[in-house]
Amino acid sequence: MGSLTRSEEMRYCQMIVEKDAAFNIVAELGKKPYVQFKDLNPDVNSFQRMFVRDIRRYDELERKLRFLESQIVKDNIPIVGKIDDGDYKVLPNSELNQLEATLTDLERDVKNMNDSDAQLKANFMDLKEWDAVLDKTDEFFQGGVDDLAQEEFDVQEEGEIVAKVDKAPVNYLVGIIRREQLNGFERVLWRACHHTAYLRSADVAEPLEDANGEKVHKAAFIVFLKGDRMRTIVEKVCDGFKARLFKNCPKTFKERQSARNDVRARIQDLQTVIGQTREHRYRVLQAAANNHNQWLKQVRMQKTVYHHLNLFTFDGIGRFFVAECWIPLKHIDDVRRAIETGAERSGASVKPVLNILETSVEPPTYNETNKFTAVFQGIVDSYGIATYRELNPAPYTIISFPFLFSCMFGDLGHGVVMFMSGLWMVLREKALIARNIKDEIFGMFFGGRYIILLMGLFSIHAGIIYNDMFAKSFNIFGSSWKNPYSHDSIATWLNQSTHGKEMLLELPPEIAYQHSMGPYPFGVDPIWNIADNKLNFLNSMKMKLSVIIGITQMTFGVILSFFNHRFFKSNIDIYTVFIPQILFMACIFMYLCLQIILKWIFFWTVEDTIFGLTYPGSHCAPSLLIGLINMFMMKDRAVGFVDESAGKVNGMWKEVDTCYLSQWYPGQSIVEMVLVVVAVLCIPIMLAGKPLHHWLQERKKKKELHGNHTVRANVVADNSEIVLNGGAKKSENHESAAPASGGSGGGHHGEEALGDVIVHQAIHTIEYVLGCVSHTASYLRLWALSLAHAQLSEVLWHMVFVSGGLSMNGTVGFIATFVVFFFFFFLTVSILVLMEGLSAFLHALRLHWVEFQSKFYLGLGYAFVPFSFKEALSQAEASSQAASS
Amino acid sequence: MGILIPLVSVTAFWALIGFGGPLLVPKGPNRGIIQLMIIMTAVCCHLFWIMVFLHQLNPLIGPQINVKTIRWISEKWGDAPTLIDS
Repeated sequence: MGSLTRSEEMRYCQMIVEKDAAFNIVAELGKKPYVQFKDLNPDVNSFQRMFVRDIRRYDELERKLRFLESQIVKDNIPIVGKIDDGDYKVLPNSELNQLEATLTDLERDVKNMNDSDAQLKANFMDLKEWDAVLDKTDEFFQGGVDDLAQEEFDVQEEGEIVAKVDKAPVNYLVGIIRREQLNGFERVLWRACHHTAYLRSADVAEPLEDANGEKVHKAAFIVFLKGDRMRTIVEKVCDGFKARLFKNCPKTFKERQSARNDVRARIQDLQTVIGQTREHRYRVLQAAANNHNQWLKQVRMQKTVYHHLNLFTFDGIGRFFVAECWIPLKHIDDVRRAIETGAERSGASVKPVLNILETSVEPPTYNETNKFTAVFQGIVDSYGIATYRELNPAPYTIISFPFLFSCMFGDLGHGVVMFMSGLWMVLREKALIARNIKDEIFGMFFGGRYIILLMGLFSIHAGIIYNDMFAKSFNIFGSSWKNPYSHDSIATWLNQSTHGKEMLLELPPEIAYQHSMGPYPFGVDPIWNIADNKLNFLNSMKMKLSVIIGITQMTFGVILSFFNHRFFKSNIDIYTVFIPQILFMACIFMYLCLQIILKWIFFWTVEDTIFGLTYPGSHCAPSLLIGLINMFMMKDRAVGFVDESAGKVNGMWKEVDTCYLSQWYPGQSIVEMVLVVVAVLCIPIMLAGKPLHHWLQERKKKKELHGNHTVRANVVADNSEIVLNGGAKKSENHESAAPASGGSGGGHHGEEALGDVIVHQAIHTIEYVLGCVSHTASYLRLWALSLAHAQLSEVLWHMVFVSGGLSMNGTVGFIATFVVFFFFFFLTVSILVLMEGLSAFLHALRLHWVEFQSKFYLGLGYAFVPFSFKEALSQAEASSQAASS
Repeated sequence: MGILIPLVSVTAFWALIGFGGPLLVPKGPNRGIIQLMIIMTAVCCHLFWIMVFLHQLNPLIGPQINVKTIRWISEKWGDAPTLIDS
């Protein structure tokens, strides 16, 4: 991994290879992600490209593999292993042909097996239905006509005995129909046969499989009817209801029995055949499943190589293959070695050539990352890919992002939960990757495991400093606040108060706070956790914290822009952009930070002389916010807090009106006026400095061009020359002497026109000036979110755990605590860790993208997308999953 | 504990990490990044701590606590050297 400070240096190279060797060379290059090919045939249709046939061939193979996969999955055979196993060797052509033959055969075989399986099943179902019908027919006849009577019927038909009643012979039809349709069938039959047909039915107990494979309940029926005409009608009705008729139902019981035995034997046979067919199919599919991933990998790799070969073009003569590509400078030797290896493997006689070309196109941005830094680089790239070789914010983001997160999330308990989950994912990394879990949400968390680990770690530190663990504080070093009231007073007040509405007393800092002991050594004093007005204190602390952290980060961003200006050798930027920016920031915001720190150090509640001015007490402590506003308005303010000349009256100083707005160090109004003037002066410098410089540069160039060139006709070379004084020649292929119009009208000389520069600079200045103020306020979200988090945490503790569990006594309390803890912890993890964590993550992200990066980051580059098998395989996998889901 | 002891010890701790840590990083391709991480961690954490410390150095308001808790504080944490008689 190279240094992440700036993106890597890239070179534009030209590769000249023999056509036969091209395939092996590209296959060799795919093993490492070093080369990004440029499409040298942009206007060629994808159907007209050179290697279309090969790509089509592999598309076909992939289709066959997909078909096999669907069959394998249908039979619940697991496909083990991953497609991408890290081995990127490409198979030679002979083996590929074999693979093609194998796959074709497999596909054909599986299709045949499927067909025959369907056929066998249909036969099987027929037999089963016949069996069921035979069975039921027995039932019908047992309750009705028996064999002797049947024979009589037959005899009657044969003999021409005229029956007493002139009727047509009684006939019957057996069949099978779906159970749901039976009632409708009966009714229609009744009507159609003019109430002369008689239906008896019996349900078949076992559900039979339909043609589509669903199990349906069927019923066997027998219809008694008179005459042939009825028969036709009944047959038609059966057709309508899709009932199946069995024409050859044996009339006698014995015949039926033998038919049944026969059918049963045939069913057994068929079952065996079906079983064997299925087993054979299973074995074939399993063999295919074992090789499936390997084959798929090969096919996809081949396809990618051909896709990239399509980007090559022939050189002028037509013998050699040429490609143009971007390669990082430090990998050029690796690439050279790779193409030589590839050429050797294909036995080419000519060694391939790698030339470095000069180009004015902006190179792609490439940052080499490892699994740890990739996440942070990804965060930065989501906002915008860095411009080529500008300063990369990613290495600073590694620490500043979790730090800002922890300012908003600061709770020791939640931090531990987050840290543990990050740790688990990191320690079990390899096992989790091997499991290849496809779930998107898990994928997101797993991808960010290092961020989660760091965020948890910093949150633990922030939790210790905020002294907040599940809304409780620790008292490790001993609080610096002690009881200031005499025991008698306390006893009196206690007696006076009623239970539940005790008196609230403030502990005055002059007495209760042990100044000599100093503040709580590490973090917030635990007394604030039990104070009613703790929010007053904490809000003030967190707001000042947020502002100072914000201004620090923004100043850091401006300083980073200095390094960018220096790298791109743009001195004008340093003088007219960087220095005014820093001055503006320093005069207003760093001065504010300084004021905050001075107020912290010098102003307390006891009377003192500070900076030579008498300070009577805390109600005169200077208000910083209104002070800042007054600084801008250049308001007249009194010097000092008290009327010093009058002296002490009744032991008290006479205070000036609104003493918290007066000047608190000598010369403050002058200092502040200077600061404001300097800051305001910086604005026009930022607005006009660069455009002015640009305009002056152009005027200088115009003057040079006008004054310094003469035109000569060079008869020998048949063109004209423009000679600049000093001897540099510039020739043009014109017969006539056409002087280059100097400067060509204001501004096309440089990269930008003057108008563009003015607009650009105006936007930049306004963005910076307004941004300084608004972004400082924006950093107050550090305070807001941490307040919300702490309050939510407290609510959960008091309302859920204490009310629901800890406040109850005895056995009931024991059980209640046990049960309520589950809800407490569930809500803690889901709301406070997950939801608040996500929220703080988002806000920290915004702070980085907008407030920090707008100070120096351009983000106008495009990414380096090298050709690599790993990337191609993962992309193919993703797209196939998207297609299948 | 005094003001000096925590101030000096915590500052010294982070200074040790911030200045000494980078020297201990083994050579390798990631040296620069790890050094940067250590320095930034030391700076950020120290800044965080010292701001909270300074804010509590001279508190301008006191905690409002109910009388029962004050009695508990008196018994558990102790009394101030001079007490107020109402």
